Amino acid sequence: MVTRDLSRSLAQHAFFRGMDEKHLVFLAGCAKNVLFDQGTFIFREGEKAGVFYLLRYGQVALEVHGPRKGQIRFQSLHEDDVLGWSWLFPPYTWHFDARALSLVRAFAFDGVCVREKCDADHELGYQLMSRFAEVMVGRLQAARLQCLDLYGAPA
Amino acid sequence: MALPPNPAFTAPHVNDPMVPQPYRIAGRREENYDTFTLELVPLGDEEPHGFRPGQFNMLYLFGIGEVPISISGDPARPELLAHTVRALGTVTTAMKELKVGDVVGLRGPYGSSWPFEALQRQDVIIVAGGIGLAPLRPLIHHLLSERRRYGRLVLLYGARTPGDLLFQKQLAKWDEKTALEVHLTVDRGTVAWRGNVGVVTTLIPRVQFDVSHASAVICGPEIMMRYSALELEKRGMARDQIYVSQERNMKCAVGFCGHCQFGPHFVCKDGPVFPFSLVAPLMKVREV
Repeated sequence: MVTRDLSRSLAQHAFFRGMDEKHLVFLAGCAKNVLFDQGTFIFREGEKAGVFYLLRYGQVALEVHGPRKGQIRFQSLHEDDVLGWSWLFPPYTWHFDARALSLVRAFAFDGVCVREKCDADHELGYQLMSRFAEVMVGRLQAARLQCLDLYGAPA
Repeated sequence: MALPPNPAFTAPHVNDPMVPQPYRIAGRREENYDTFTLELVPLGDEEPHGFRPGQFNMLYLFGIGEVPISISGDPARPELLAHTVRALGTVTTAMKELKVGDVVGLRGPYGSSWPFEALQRQDVIIVAGGIGLAPLRPLIHHLLSERRRYGRLVLLYGARTPGDLLFQKQLAKWDEKTALEVHLTVDRGTVAWRGNVGVVTTLIPRVQFDVSHASAVICGPEIMMRYSALELEKRGMARDQIYVSQERNMKCAVGFCGHCQFGPHFVCKDGPVFPFSLVAPLMKVREV
């Protein structure tokens, strides 16, 4: 019953728009609701990446730290965004820091559980990976534009 | 035998579009480390020239050179012509040293304006990048002064860092005290920065507007304008609902010299504001 309720909530998230109910019910078995207070590190670079998040409320900053550079904030994520894909591939470690800039509510998915379900049901795996690929392409395109330093002085 | 002087070359040409008129710097403000705003008033008894949002003036720094600069002030206050300048080349770098009371030459205003008549009863999405906010500021003043004629007003503004954002006090005031929704983003944030981080195009999918009754105006680097238009098209906006302000090497400002030729158009005379539907094919042509 709890899983079915959660699957209904998942269906309302932009990431899962259009996904079959049976897949959502299946995935809901790997999900739970989580909350992070403002300022909390959701994860830190180098830590084990065993989870991904679908943001429902609030703002999260992705950051990297360097000597004499301090904390560099290079992306912010919001409601309806996906946070984290290091759980997908070995060595399953986070590449960056993620910090809650406000109160954050999210669905958290157990990475091992989701990978096992995708192995068992390739249709689910295809549906999920298609969605991740779309997010990744969007992030890659935005990152490329960001690297161009568009607003800087013309060469 | 010497020819008599030709009056056409010796008489003062006060109405000649190529002759600058002297203007005094009445106000000067640092916007950030390389950008400043000059407020200009006519030196003599000349009546101030009105202007339409989006137009530009040619500013002449005597003995150094002339540059096209968009008018960045309130069109309802033409007596104080504001120009926001980024110190990049020889003229604008020298201009940065000017003080209140100094005199520059000014001719203008020139060019096309933002199509505020076509924006009426529409949601207006204003997309600015870097110093591209300056030519949009007169339009924002106008939209806010005639608020009831327009739908939702949204400003999406991107800059390199929080310190590069122009008109910061005014942005905060617009967001808090007017109907303009202000969404800011920077390419690189600091820990103190609580706003969005990412290019300005990433803000477009998150904004609410009625695409069947919406228009967008974009000003910034050309690559940014192209990709912003692409994101707006993904939201269902047609190219003729989008307007861009082009930047080219403008010299004469009246369509004589051809320096700013952009395909069949002269940016100084036919632009700088164009419907995106008109210039989108040209933006894909290299070396145009």
